[in-house]
Amino acid sequence: MLAIEADALRRTYTSRTGWPKSRRTETDAVRGVTFEVAPGELFGLLGPNGAGKTTTIKMLNTLLLPTSGTARVFGHDVARDPVAVRRRIGYVFGGDRGLYDRLSALDNLRYFAELYGVGARDQKRRIAELLDLVGLTGREKERVEGYSRGMRQRLHIARGLLHRPDVLFLDEPSIGVDPVAARDLRRTVADLAAAGTTVLLTTHYMAEADELCDRIAVIAGGRIRALGTPDSLKSLVKERDVLEVEAYGVDEERLDRLRRVPGVRGVSAEDRGALQIVTVQTGRGAAELHGPVLAALDGVRIGRVTSREPSLEDAYIAIVEEAAGGTPQEVVPA
Amino acid sequence: MSTSPLVKRVPRLVLVGVRTHVSYMSRSPLEITFAVLVPLVYATLAVYLFRAAGDPDRLLTASVGAGLMGIWGSVLFGSGGAVQNQRWLGTLETLVVAPTPLALVLLPITLATTVIGTYAMGATVLWGVLLFDVPLDFAHPLLFLVAVPVCVLALGMMGLLLAATFVLLRNANALANPLDTPVWLLSGLLVPVTVLPAWTHPVSWALPTTWGARAVHAATSGGDVVAPLLAAVALGAGYALAAVLVLGRVERRARAAATLALT
Repeated sequence: MLAIEADALRRTYTSRTGWPKSRRTETDAVRGVTFEVAPGELFGLLGPNGAGKTTTIKMLNTLLLPTSGTARVFGHDVARDPVAVRRRIGYVFGGDRGLYDRLSALDNLRYFAELYGVGARDQKRRIAELLDLVGLTGREKERVEGYSRGMRQRLHIARGLLHRPDVLFLDEPSIGVDPVAARDLRRTVADLAAAGTTVLLTTHYMAEADELCDRIAVIAGGRIRALGTPDSLKSLVKERDVLEVEAYGVDEERLDRLRRVPGVRGVSAEDRGALQIVTVQTGRGAAELHGPVLAALDGVRIGRVTSREPSLEDAYIAIVEEAAGGTPQEVVPA
Repeated sequence: MSTSPLVKRVPRLVLVGVRTHVSYMSRSPLEITFAVLVPLVYATLAVYLFRAAGDPDRLLTASVGAGLMGIWGSVLFGSGGAVQNQRWLGTLETLVVAPTPLALVLLPITLATTVIGTYAMGATVLWGVLLFDVPLDFAHPLLFLVAVPVCVLALGMMGLLLAATFVLLRNANALANPLDTPVWLLSGLLVPVTVLPAWTHPVSWALPTTWGARAVHAATSGGDVVAPLLAAVALGAGYALAAVLVLGRVERRARAAATLALT
């Protein structure tokens, strides 16, 4: 039996504005998402902000009803049989919220252990196990409001695992977490998957997805644009080279000029303080495009220029940019 | 992991839930300040009103009435505020996604607000004694000690029904505010419902707060305590049943309307 089955899932949000004549606005957050996750698999859902990742997770974990389509968790329909689904899943989301911060970690875990039906006799042992797993032993009696973001995130994971769920939904768990805490988090997630827990992870961090996921679905504009193993996704851009240009003060106009350079297949810019890293994807033979690329950036201060092999991040950017341009990416077989 | 059957674990679930939420609510300096001060303001106003009305013999009734108003305020804003607070904290989703029926998740929150509210009764009576020399001449002191917790429980059940509706509303506080004064007025918490227009009486009779207040006032100044107390229990149970029945639908509607989260 499959751990997760999503079949043509759609979700439309309706909002009303204005009074007394209200205007109804409909937003299609998810537009027909289909995928399957096998038991014990670590499945990644990657996509830009507003792509539909969280909405998809919330439909699968019973917090939202699908507008149409069906989804099952270990055979239980998420819309018709939510309690059976809830018994088998854990839900962890990123950020500061979702905990009683004026209470201790122990009080939080005790309360949620009751809500998740963990037997009174098992609670003490299970909570101690989890505190140990997430490295909070010794700090469990402190109020959560004094915890760092990383500690809160680890407590979230402990909460989500109290009832030993078969499926764990992790919605951007490493958001705002420092690199060391993020590495520990990745190790915990990998250990869980190795122990047989099915994990559905959404993240913005490509390295995280590349390191952890057995398969990845890239979602953009509410649709799955590509689905496959990290290697198969990378192979989408294997015919490309990547130029990385350090620059200062690149504006949208210059980025557009870059996109129009013949041979350029994709452009993105990332701010790192005053510095910007402009990533230019080209066809094979990036060296020949050095000149035209630098000409398009005329007028801004340029630092180091390097060319490299494409990474998963480049594949992701290519997929998302093509989606934004209206060309659906071909789904890659796993 | 061994999970216990729901029926067997309900008492412990409620106990742990009430303890958790009472601890949580009692650790907010702002909430404590309001919880401490508001009943004392009510008590002061009530005593002066009764004195001005030439009713100095009923000052204990005024103090007790102010205490009931304090309890109602705590339940109303506690239940509405609690659901809204869970939403702000981001815990409403983690509560809903737990495999425990939503009614059993909300019941301890509502009961916790009544526990906090019970303080109001003690505070207003003590305030009256210390500041205004209100004599503690209860007509039925023992029945008073029974009537107050039963009344509090009846109010709690009303709070549960309110909490059920507040799950659906992103701005639940907006609904809580206009319900404050009309309910304590219609329930006769401070002044008897008999002084209100006749057309309001059916509404008063339908509120468990009316019967709970009648029982508490009877225990204070004389009259039948048991009958209104039983009526409060019966109505409270009815409200609780209604809450359980509507919560299943409310949860489904909240999942359809996406109101469990703030965004």
